[in-house]
Amino acid sequence: MSIVAENLSWGVRRKTIVSDVSLTVAPGETLGLIGPNGSGKSSLLRLLAGLRRPASGRVEINGRDIAQVPRKALSRQVAFVQQSAATDTNVTVADVVRLGRTPHRSALAGWSEADEAAVAEALDRVGMTSRRKQAWQTLSGGERQRVHIARGLAQAPQVMFLDEPTNHLDIHHQIEILRMVRDLELTSIIALHDLNLAAMFCDRIVVLQSGAVCACGTPEAVLTQQTLRDVFRVSAHIDGSADAGRPHIRFSAG
Amino acid sequence: MSSDTSEGGAGRLALFLCLSVVVLTLAVAAATAIGDYNIALRTVFLSVTNKLGLTGAEIAPIEQSVVWNLRLSRALVAALAGAGLAICGAILQALLRNALAEPFVLGVSAGASTGAVCVIVLGIGAGSLSLSLGAFAGAFAAFTLVALLSNGATSGPNHTILAGVAASQLFNALTSYIVTTSGNAQQARDVMFWLLGSFGGVRWPDFQLLLVVVIVSLAICIWMARSLDAFTFGDEDAAALGVPVGRIRLVLFGVTALLTATIVSMVGAIGFVGLVVPHAARYVVGPLHLRLLPACAVVGAVFMVIADIVSRVIATQQTVPIGVVTALVGVPFFAVILYRARPQT
Ligand SMILES: Nc1ncnc2c1ncn2[C@@H]1O[C@H](COP(=O)(O)OP(=O)(O)O)[C@@H](O)[C@H]1O
Ligand SMILES: [Mg+2]
Repeated sequence: MSIVAENLSWGVRRKTIVSDVSLTVAPGETLGLIGPNGSGKSSLLRLLAGLRRPASGRVEINGRDIAQVPRKALSRQVAFVQQSAATDTNVTVADVVRLGRTPHRSALAGWSEADEAAVAEALDRVGMTSRRKQAWQTLSGGERQRVHIARGLAQAPQVMFLDEPTNHLDIHHQIEILRMVRDLELTSIIALHDLNLAAMFCDRIVVLQSGAVCACGTPEAVLTQQTLRDVFRVSAHIDGSADAGRPHIRFSAG
Repeated sequence: MSSDTSEGGAGRLALFLCLSVVVLTLAVAAATAIGDYNIALRTVFLSVTNKLGLTGAEIAPIEQSVVWNLRLSRALVAALAGAGLAICGAILQALLRNALAEPFVLGVSAGASTGAVCVIVLGIGAGSLSLSLGAFAGAFAAFTLVALLSNGATSGPNHTILAGVAASQLFNALTSYIVTTSGNAQQARDVMFWLLGSFGGVRWPDFQLLLVVVIVSLAICIWMARSLDAFTFGDEDAAALGVPVGRIRLVLFGVTALLTATIVSMVGAIGFVGLVVPHAARYVVGPLHLRLLPACAVVGAVFMVIADIVSRVIATQQTVPIGVVTALVGVPFFAVILYRARPQT
């Protein structure tokens, strides 16, 4: 499914947090969203997923303005994996992943074969099948993150928004999860911190600075020494050789 | 359906509910039999079946009357009040994501007492109906104040609890002010006693009203049980799962306010049930609301009926206020749960 955002702006009181963002994501594309802390990545993702109402501008998913789509219908197509989820309730891993089926079930409908299959597959994808009965509270940060990704997958979405999904993950799972998301038949927008991971797995990258888009394009086009210095305030050497079109960044200690 | 899913295990829940209903029936029978003047269980049973036109046994009219007109209605109202308060506790704990949430933490009892005091002391209106109405209005006013202070309870769980604490303080101060400036010692005692709760005055019409309110509320809550589960990781997460958060909140807070206000206006402010029963029920049937809510209803009912029995037998020639008993019975029980559910470190 395609996503089109036109002139999105949002803020609190006097402060503008997302300013005039327009972007287009083609069906099946994986878009990376990078930018320094506080540049508005999480806020933009919420606007795109319809969790916040923009002050101005609009978002279309597959040609329909999401402001016009009922919540439940929208969440059958769009999954949102938040940055850090927390709860005090004593739930199991399987309970959490089952929540992903919420938009597909009516108020009193039983648990169907399709629901069970979706949950089992999602758990398998993130390698948490053997933990399905473990208490969520007792998981490590990275395991919680993977369970939440599984929940998003159980939603069977066509569009997935992930807010820094690789935080807390070990390097194996960082690569594993991003590869999985890239290879899934869905459109995804991923906020990422690690520029090299963004370069490795994203088809295109959007760079945010103070809530506005300051660069957009292929990893090669966007990740330049210039951008890194201006936006991220680091000096780095960029290696284009290892993988065609996938630059590799070496930061210098200065 | 695999058997290890928490959604499955419907058999276990059914067994638990059946057992609870049997226990509830026994508790109601015991509550009807026990009192200043004990009546044999057989007589209790026959009085009820006589009244329902199933049998025509010979029973002393006085016993027949005590069973039917006084004790059975009282026991059934106790059961409904317990069920209702427990459901309210479970709903608020889920919506506010706070283990301490219950109607009275949100200022409802304080509001009800101010309303009741206005009637008892200031004599606004007269008679028991207007006392109930005063309590009902006060409870609702408190709930509304908390809803406004906490921006429709959307400002986060702790914010809402704080708003509840503020509302409680305000209404308690108003109550004290009214009692000390215009009441006398006897009125202050009446208010105090009423506040701690009593099933003494309830009759069949109370039962009928409460039955309708509890059944309708429970039905609405069960209808929204799936959505309540989605609140596990917060409002925004629930919205991402397709839950119409604003509407669910509004309806469920409304139901909770109505149910609590109805109960408080009939039997006074009985604390602790709404707090402790959901925790106990969660411990047995798990956190999913489709199972938790019915479990809360039956456990709350049993708990309240037993507390009512205890309140009548604990001191001779005296009825201890029911709120005192729920705390006395509830705290040790709660301590056991807290102890067993402590994090394994
Ligand atoms: N609800 C809010 N109220 C006030 N400031 C906010 C709010 N949400 C986000 N911000 C501010 O907006 C900026 C962008 O936040 P965020 O989108 O979370 O950035 P990122 O995810 O890129 O780190 C931050 O400076 C943050 O403090
Ligand atoms: Mg962020």
